[in-house]
Amino acid sequence: METYALLFAATLSAGTVLAIAALGLLINEKAGIVNLGAEGMMLCAAIAAYAAVVHTGSDLLGFLAGMGAGGFLALIFGVLVIGLNTNQYATGLALSLFGAGFSAFVGTGYVQASLPERISYEVPYLADLPVVGLALFRQHPMVYLVIGFTLALIWFLERHRAGLVLRAVGESPQSAHALGYPVRRIRLAAVVCGGALCGLAGAYISVIYTPLWVEGMIAGKGWIALALTTFATWRPARILLGAYLFGGVTMLQFHLQATGVEVPSQFLSMLPYVATIVVLALISRNPQWIRVNMPASLGKPFYPGA
Amino acid sequence: MWKLEARPEPSAFWRIASPLLALVLTVILGVLLFLALGKDPVKGLQVFFWEPIRSAYALGELVVKATPLLLIALGLALCFRSNVWNIGAEGQYVMGAVFAAGVALLADKTSGAWFFIPVLLAGVVGGMCWAAITAWLRDRFHANEILVSLMLVYVAIMVLGFLVYGPWKDPLGYNFPQSKTFEAATQVPRLFKGSRVNIGVLLALAGVAAMWVFLFRTRTGWAQQISGLAPAAARYAGFSSRRAIWLALLVSGACAGLAGALEVAGPIGQLTPYVPVGYGFAAIIVAFVGRLHPVGMVFSAILMSMFYIGGELAQSRLGLPKSLTGVFQGLLLFCLLACDVLMNYRLRLAPVRAKAGA
Amino acid sequence: MNQNSYSGLPSDEFSSSARPSNTALLELRNISKRYPAVLANDRVSLQVMPGQIHAILGENGAGKSTLMKIIYGAVQLDQGDIRFDGKPVHIRNPQQARALGISMVFQHFSLFDTLSVAQNVWLGLDKSLSLAEVSRHIRDKAAAYGLDLEPDRPVHTLSVGEMQRVEIIRALLCEPRLLILDEPTSVLTPQAVDKLFAVLRQLVAEGCSILYISHKLHEIRALCTHCTVLRGGKVTGECDPREQSNASLSQMMIGSEPAALVHSERTPGQLVLDVSQLSLTSPDPFGTRLSAVDVQVHAGEIVGIAGVSGNGQRELLYALSGEDTRAASDSIRLGGLAVGKQGPLQRRALGLHFVPDERLGRGAVPSLSLAHNLLLTRSEAVSGSGWINMSALSVQAQAIIAKYQVKAGGPQAPAQSLSGGNLQKFIVGREVDAKPKLLIVSQPTWGLDVGAAAQIRAALVALRDAGCAVLVVSEELDELFELCDRMHVMAQGCLSPSLARSQATVEKIGSWMSGLWSDTETRVS
Repeated sequence: METYALLFAATLSAGTVLAIAALGLLINEKAGIVNLGAEGMMLCAAIAAYAAVVHTGSDLLGFLAGMGAGGFLALIFGVLVIGLNTNQYATGLALSLFGAGFSAFVGTGYVQASLPERISYEVPYLADLPVVGLALFRQHPMVYLVIGFTLALIWFLERHRAGLVLRAVGESPQSAHALGYPVRRIRLAAVVCGGALCGLAGAYISVIYTPLWVEGMIAGKGWIALALTTFATWRPARILLGAYLFGGVTMLQFHLQATGVEVPSQFLSMLPYVATIVVLALISRNPQWIRVNMPASLGKPFYPGA
Repeated sequence: MWKLEARPEPSAFWRIASPLLALVLTVILGVLLFLALGKDPVKGLQVFFWEPIRSAYALGELVVKATPLLLIALGLALCFRSNVWNIGAEGQYVMGAVFAAGVALLADKTSGAWFFIPVLLAGVVGGMCWAAITAWLRDRFHANEILVSLMLVYVAIMVLGFLVYGPWKDPLGYNFPQSKTFEAATQVPRLFKGSRVNIGVLLALAGVAAMWVFLFRTRTGWAQQISGLAPAAARYAGFSSRRAIWLALLVSGACAGLAGALEVAGPIGQLTPYVPVGYGFAAIIVAFVGRLHPVGMVFSAILMSMFYIGGELAQSRLGLPKSLTGVFQGLLLFCLLACDVLMNYRLRLAPVRAKAGA
Repeated sequence: MNQNSYSGLPSDEFSSSARPSNTALLELRNISKRYPAVLANDRVSLQVMPGQIHAILGENGAGKSTLMKIIYGAVQLDQGDIRFDGKPVHIRNPQQARALGISMVFQHFSLFDTLSVAQNVWLGLDKSLSLAEVSRHIRDKAAAYGLDLEPDRPVHTLSVGEMQRVEIIRALLCEPRLLILDEPTSVLTPQAVDKLFAVLRQLVAEGCSILYISHKLHEIRALCTHCTVLRGGKVTGECDPREQSNASLSQMMIGSEPAALVHSERTPGQLVLDVSQLSLTSPDPFGTRLSAVDVQVHAGEIVGIAGVSGNGQRELLYALSGEDTRAASDSIRLGGLAVGKQGPLQRRALGLHFVPDERLGRGAVPSLSLAHNLLLTRSEAVSGSGWINMSALSVQAQAIIAKYQVKAGGPQAPAQSLSGGNLQKFIVGREVDAKPKLLIVSQPTWGLDVGAAAQIRAALVALRDAGCAVLVVSEELDELFELCDRMHVMAQGCLSPSLARSQATVEKIGSWMSGLWSDTETRVS
């Protein structure tokens, strides 16, 4: 029983990483911008956070450094894509490729470095409950923050006027512009927010989740987060659930390896990626469904005209 | 105040000038980077731009690296022009290498010198099969090909890992994860003595000519590009978007698979976990910097090859990490995207508003 | 032709003579605006007095929309100034315009499909009201003006006419002193137009002035109290439209009266297109379902389909052109052959050619040259093996350019460098030149200046006279009355029986647009 509780706890943790990144990408995409540079931003944020913690010992500074790195890269992306109307897909790819190279370059000095000892967190009283305590209440605060953030985001998008404006901009930037909203500024804000969140996810990976630095350590989670926003049909709650599901698949592979299942380790390692492909195929099967939920201007350039 | 004003037509001048300006900007940024790292920028530039062309041998190495880049980029150019975003060329490259290795391992001491031909063909088939997965998922399920092809890269690398750590591991290899060294008969013939240049470069140049004719002089090639330029017009004309997707991905997979086979049956000579070096991703940059044009990509492949060699030299001569290559490649693409804006927009001083009385 | 059938109170009763004030509500002085390719407004000056229904008349491309966007703050003027209530103002954005009391109902709606009516209106207001308050205000205004509207419905479920009501209510909730309407009637049935005019007159009675942009002469004469005429960006005249005739207004608008189309009677030949019981769901979740559509077109006749867009025309055209092949095979017959499941290439081989309403992006690829754009539907310059003969292609394009007087930089000019009228002439020329057996045209002269429009209509009539079967789908009733031998009306996915032109009146067509045709009307077969 205890192993399942531990598995569940690990799933929450793994899912948190994807959730943070995917929620950030959701904010982007609600405004109509698709940022394929998620992987690159997460990599740069991971090394920025790692370096910050190595030098200052403060986890908080690490998270801030990661958010700063992600936000800054997103700002460059945003200026190119929104201000200069470069192709969103190509620019996002450029960001990913650059981020991979730059993070590897900067990180060569940190491969041997190690972080100060990691604290394990517990919710007082609740953590001592049998089974449930192990499964739910011995997590890093970020896990709970993400759940709170998801609820806040749902409220923001549905009820708050600014959230409605964001959705309107993603739905039809021309109409929003005609009504007088500063479409480009709103989109840029969304992109930078999204980048900061991707940065937070990257920081969480290198500082908390697997506290080390290795070139390419994000291993495709940025891309999986992108896929997640699509097959969660751009709804925050579904993103959170989907993230946990994927966290579960990732944990399953380790669990199977540990229980000595007679499958080569490489095939188990493939599980998250194959699962992404399968879910993507199933969700995209009905193009109408995607069309109804997708922000209509996603990926298309916007020309103010005037 | 400076303002961006749309041009009525894209500027032909900037179509060619933009990549050159991007290169200049990248060099400037590179110099700044060297200075920030405390290294001599002149030496840095020398390592990247002079050393790779200094001797005949160096030029040969340049061609050896440029060949797979050019091959993959040819296929990618077709894909991007058709609005099919094949980001997983790296995976198709790996599977081409795997299939080629599979056939190469069948050779023995008595195999004839022609054996490299089925090896290369196997590589083509391998790349095509891998790309076909993406094509099928896009065709049948409308799954986004960017994400699918990318996930398949990770899967391909794991398949490679499985094979070299498992069934194909060389029993005489001291337990290192690598296959047997391939027999000489499977080696792709070299062109010049004293250089590693092989017939791959001829295949790449033939590919350039073939792609040019296909894209610009055949109806099918033209129809392929309409899907990328104006999908509604392609539908109106009656061009099958399904056929366009399959054609683009299969050709691209074939090119990448061939490149993988050439590497494995050429310079590397065996299958190792280090086969994937990122050519599939670098080829994306080669394609864009070369303007998705077959002839332009010849130049951008050579340029990207210089970045690779420069990175290696920077490591051995200047003590900088090899990943400097990746930094420059990314910078080049960013600068290109920014400079491309000049193709469609003009920088203008906005006119001061005249006030007729107040 | 019965064009002056708009019922309703004559505009005399609400003329500006009832208002004492003499200061112009809005005064524009020497407004100029230049775009890279064209001088859209050239020292335009005009005055809108309180209580006026002031028309801005001009053909497509005269600069009307640009001028209105300048007043509304969506576009910045290059030169000139604006006075509101006698005081100079700088209108930098729509929020400032709204703060002054200027509201605008756009020709192309600024609505968000996935949001509700109330949410859409809320986004268009600057006041800090809650969503519930906005919903209440919407219901109140709707009741006050007789505009039926439910605040909670998502906008994509509304018809085009209802969408316009959302725009109008959104404009009214700003308590405007000046309401600008840009070509509001292209999406309305004739009966709905009357209703709109009643709302506008009520507004004027309550103290609002109106700027009404249109190129439709009879509407301006029926509704407006003052008219400024624009041509080529300049003001070419001012008048009281109630005292003018169509001919005199037309004279001011385009400098001459357009040549009347010579329309001789012809007996139709054999059946070319036979659509029977065509039913099809829309692939678009926001689209219209087709039910049992029946239409026949014979050689040597022009058949028209009238109707406000959004009633299934798009779906019908996709099914006819072959871009949608889900129809039952024999529900569409071309020259007797069942083609319902065939694609555009096969249908073109049988003689079906199609001019879509979207020119750039569907009828032509914007960045490609005119010569390359020929390859979309013509393959004479392509050899059997697929090799493109570039010089033959160029010659072919040049021939079309010359024959249809397309003003372009030559066959190598990119399609996006042509004006709308010239591009349409090229596309129509490309299809007509193929000597089709059936030509289907959608919105043939939408957005075109009068000269180009006349040329294209003449080309269609000439094609018919040469024995081709022609099917025209258009929102402009005048155009259909001018061109067609027979007409149908499309409403909510259903097609009315056919009506000979001699028996068609605007009222009848108008009521049929609401779906109110009787099933016992016989079909002309």
